[in-house]
Amino acid sequence: MQGSTIDSAKTVLNYHHTAEATAAHHEEHPDLRIFGLIVFLFAEGMIFMGLFIAYLTFRLMAPSWPPEGTERLELLLPGINTAILISSSFVIHQADSAIKKNNVSGLRLWFAATTVMGAIFLAGQLYEYFHLGFGLKTNIFASTFFVLTGFHGLHVTFGLLLMMAVLWRSLKKDHYNSEHHFGVEAAEIYWHFVDVVWIVLFLLLYIL
Amino acid sequence: MTQAQLQEAANLPSHGTEPPQRKWRDYFTFNTDHKVIAIQYLVTGFIFYLIGGALATVIRTELATPEPDLVDPEFYNSLFTLHGTIMIFLWIIPAGVGGFANFLLPLMIGARDMAFPRLNAVAFWIVPPAGLLLMASFLVGPPQAGWTSYPPLSLIASQAGEAIWILSLLLLGTSSILGAINFFVTILKMRVPGMGFNQMPLFCWAMLATTGLVIIATPVLAGALILLAFDLIAGTAFFNPTGGGDPVVYQHMFWFYSHPAVYIMVMPFFGVISEVIPVHSRKPIFGYRAIAYSSLAISFLGLIVWAHHMFTSGTPAWLRMFFMITTMVIAVPTGIKVFSWLATMWGGKIRLNSAMLFAMGFISTFVVGGLTGVMVAAVPFDIHVHDTYFVVAHLHYVLFGGSVFGIYSGLYHWFPKMTGRMLNETWGRIHFALTYIGFNLTFMPMHELGLLGMPRRVAMYDPSFTSLNRLCTLGSYVLAVSTIPFLVNAVWSWMYGPKASDNPWQALTLEWMTTSPPAIENFEVLPVLATGPYDYGYGDRSSEVNVPFSEAKDPVLSAGPSSVLRAEPDPAVAAHPDDRVGESQNRE
Ligand SMILES: [Cu+2]
Repeated sequence: MQGSTIDSAKTVLNYHHTAEATAAHHEEHPDLRIFGLIVFLFAEGMIFMGLFIAYLTFRLMAPSWPPEGTERLELLLPGINTAILISSSFVIHQADSAIKKNNVSGLRLWFAATTVMGAIFLAGQLYEYFHLGFGLKTNIFASTFFVLTGFHGLHVTFGLLLMMAVLWRSLKKDHYNSEHHFGVEAAEIYWHFVDVVWIVLFLLLYIL
Repeated sequence: MTQAQLQEAANLPSHGTEPPQRKWRDYFTFNTDHKVIAIQYLVTGFIFYLIGGALATVIRTELATPEPDLVDPEFYNSLFTLHGTIMIFLWIIPAGVGGFANFLLPLMIGARDMAFPRLNAVAFWIVPPAGLLLMASFLVGPPQAGWTSYPPLSLIASQAGEAIWILSLLLLGTSSILGAINFFVTILKMRVPGMGFNQMPLFCWAMLATTGLVIIATPVLAGALILLAFDLIAGTAFFNPTGGGDPVVYQHMFWFYSHPAVYIMVMPFFGVISEVIPVHSRKPIFGYRAIAYSSLAISFLGLIVWAHHMFTSGTPAWLRMFFMITTMVIAVPTGIKVFSWLATMWGGKIRLNSAMLFAMGFISTFVVGGLTGVMVAAVPFDIHVHDTYFVVAHLHYVLFGGSVFGIYSGLYHWFPKMTGRMLNETWGRIHFALTYIGFNLTFMPMHELGLLGMPRRVAMYDPSFTSLNRLCTLGSYVLAVSTIPFLVNAVWSWMYGPKASDNPWQALTLEWMTTSPPAIENFEVLPVLATGPYDYGYGDRSSEVNVPFSEAKDPVLSAGPSSVLRAEPDPAVAAHPDDRVGESQNRE
């Protein structure tokens, strides 16, 4: 095949030798991190899905639900807590809009607000734990209640740590700007995930 | 110019100087290079394979006589529990999924590395501690409840060992999920320009289907293990009927993962076989799309068949019918693959080297495992053979005859690329002969033992089963010995074997278009697809150049108006359809 049009000498791209390429190698691929995070949260959601379905199965098999003698769940405090958590999702979105306009102090303000709201939620959850009329081993309802809310609470705690890490990093000048703010976006997406899981959890445990 | 030469000419592999080599120390560090991580996975997995194999040898020695005279029955329980756990979670999944996918995916799709190299290294470095943790359970009384760990059994016997087992599995599951996220994103987003889904090598398709399963199913196992840990440690009653729980819920959650886990363990090797067979048959793969899409079908069906493991767990009759039918339907996409591989070999110029022998061995043994799979899917038959040696035989024909033969086939095929050295062919064939004979001798008689009603997981058995058991034990010794030629061959060849050329098998996929072993960032320049991945046996018949016309941003790769690929349109390989003379033979 003489005179082939594919001459490898000509197809050489100089990409490899640019400083950008060398620096990029040992980093995570910047454009793909959000996609990777979403896939990870999907997997995380599957754990919750498994636990939810286990909960529903226990519930369907039980003669009465919650089992006889279980103290009814109070709705006021968890209701307020739910409202706080859901509104915090809108608050954290303000941070995203702020950083897209290069407004770092706005980012800090909204992240701090979200962190406080998340902390209030956790505190309310703990308060509820100590004032419930049942413990982990009281019956199957109590056990699933504690494991589900506890596992979710763990995710809230991790979200708080994420947000505090972003706050810490935002102190460094120009760490986040309108172009580069993966940390901000990741924390926001994660927080929305925690929020959506809570809504399902709240409906399953308290309302249904 | 053959297709292989055409592909090689389009991709200059090395830069003249020696490629930067890895030092042996790199393999013991937190390294983000996917090729280093791949070898770390493979070697770690193989070490655990030897441990799991040693346990199996003790099990078979115990079963050489009907009385439990070698080890006490309690310890026997631990032996088969750890044998199963190690082979599945520390050998086939890390070596098969982690090892091969890590090495091959970026090379096959022309990427420099994985999408998330550091995450990749983290995923690997979870495995050795988790494995050591599991081994440490020997110090506190190892778990005895089998690799399925059904409650209430798992909540009663050797609880400390059971807790370690749960923790170890949670770690390994996390590692598996993190690895899968990486592979999934890499396959979807990192392909070289011009490689659409239907130009991907079939191994990439197989891994796409496998990682999908890992991401969907593994988390559910984590959920089950969390609940089991609460029952075990905190004394809750999720799986205890006296407290309102139900052990069957555990079984559902467990098998929702562990049935797909069979495909997680065997589908990567469907991919490996789909690469090995066309290369060594010198023929295009038969039914590219059929093989590719049937992987996706297997993934989907694999998620809705789990309760076929629970026909005797009080599953209602109508539900058993559903799971029986869906299970049998899986034979269809699997059969499509098997017949496609056979049709690929049919009339090919077959090179009977070690890789090809193991690939053919894979097909022959996996078909047996597949057929017994359809048998145990039938409810009445399953109720008869449930928990007998028939199931043990079926499982090993799938996971040894399938996965392990696949691992060996892949190792013989890619060893030159991984290490830059050729394996010794004679010893490879001896290895194959011993493995094939030993394997069938060990597991074929178990079918009959199961049909006669010998229960599994018991250290003693009725003396009337003795002669068949002796045969199995004899086979297991042959199987154990068969590992030695491989081990010696691999170690010796890695150090002193003849140097491998860049493309010793005249293959077309991109991993062969770089040096052996590949340079640290794989390719000096972005590779170009001059041929399809399986255009073997076309001699000097040429095909289209597989780069997108005009729409890609890069003028060099896009074959747009200013592309070097269009400078002098050669009628044989012109990128633009109008300049091309003659029809391409290979594309659907
Ligand atoms: Cu199954």
